[in-house]
Amino acid sequence: MRLARKWVQAVWFFLLNGFWGFPFTGTIYQGPMKVICSPGLNCYSCPASTTYCPIGSLQQLLLNIRFTLQTGQYYFGFFVLGTIGMVGAVFGRFICGWACPFGFFQELLHKLPSRKVSIPVPLTWLKYAVFFLLVIIFPLLFVNNSGIGQPWFCKYVCPAGTLQAGIPMLILQPELRGTVGWLFVNKLAIALSFTVWSVFSSRPFCRTACPLGAFYALFSRFQLIRLQLNEENCTGCGACHKVCPVDIKFNEVPNSCECVNCMKCMTEACIFDAISVEAAGFPMFGPELAKTNKCLLPKRKI
Amino acid sequence: MRKKITLRKTPFVLLVFFLMLWLIGVTVNEPKRVLEQAKSICLSCIGIG
Repeated sequence: MRLARKWVQAVWFFLLNGFWGFPFTGTIYQGPMKVICSPGLNCYSCPASTTYCPIGSLQQLLLNIRFTLQTGQYYFGFFVLGTIGMVGAVFGRFICGWACPFGFFQELLHKLPSRKVSIPVPLTWLKYAVFFLLVIIFPLLFVNNSGIGQPWFCKYVCPAGTLQAGIPMLILQPELRGTVGWLFVNKLAIALSFTVWSVFSSRPFCRTACPLGAFYALFSRFQLIRLQLNEENCTGCGACHKVCPVDIKFNEVPNSCECVNCMKCMTEACIFDAISVEAAGFPMFGPELAKTNKCLLPKRKI
Repeated sequence: MRKKITLRKTPFVLLVFFLMLWLIGVTVNEPKRVLEQAKSICLSCIGIG
């Protein structure tokens, strides 16, 4: 399962960043696929990006809201919110664990041999502040004389934007190098900090600052497809705690907002079939379905 | 003994709610605006300029 997930993550990475003609065009992909939403955090100013970033687009729509209303257009971000809302309602943070390019990048970094450090729980609350303040409230409230706001998260924080778009654009278009200032240096420092932190801690950006992860986390209790604890089978051995990359005690908090649904607990730790995947209450993988002889995964030998 | 399966309705309610939002967005022509934004490089958005 671990290998399968890596493949799925790699496929998503290359699907969302599939425009490899940029060294010849010298600019970003500008085709019709850019109307499709990237389920994970993936900067649309990245030269290879084939889809739009929901967080970037949402901010752009909100910061222009006064201006567009004056011109008789009603762009409230419903198209973007509706798209990520539907994705969240079905998959929740499965997206973080299986389809997010920046999450994949952090996971690869975490494989580098080093001393591993856990992330303090209070820091995980920061991502909700990032989502509500930097993505929604500040772009709406702080506007210039023309009534236009700023994309606070993209402009001041987003490490994915710096690594995927900022640095490549400076390489592709040398004339831009003269415009680099403290803003970019600051963003570069943030991106490098998260890059280094990823070596020592598992998915630090996803857990502390990702606004898209925070949005999907709101669906953790309600998402259509989710992991389920079968309490009758759970012995409380704690094996699931040891393999969890985001330090969740699955048998104590089965629908934790921090869970990225990597399914390591189910496939690599629990030998008692206490964890399964269900969709809207119906078992998909695991012991419940095995009883009906319709299990999609072969029954594990204990 | 086989457990009784109960259908969780909340995901479907959420799906319908966000589908409505998406349809409103499509109705007011938001995809065109999103496409315009995504096709252009916003330098200030990536910390340059």
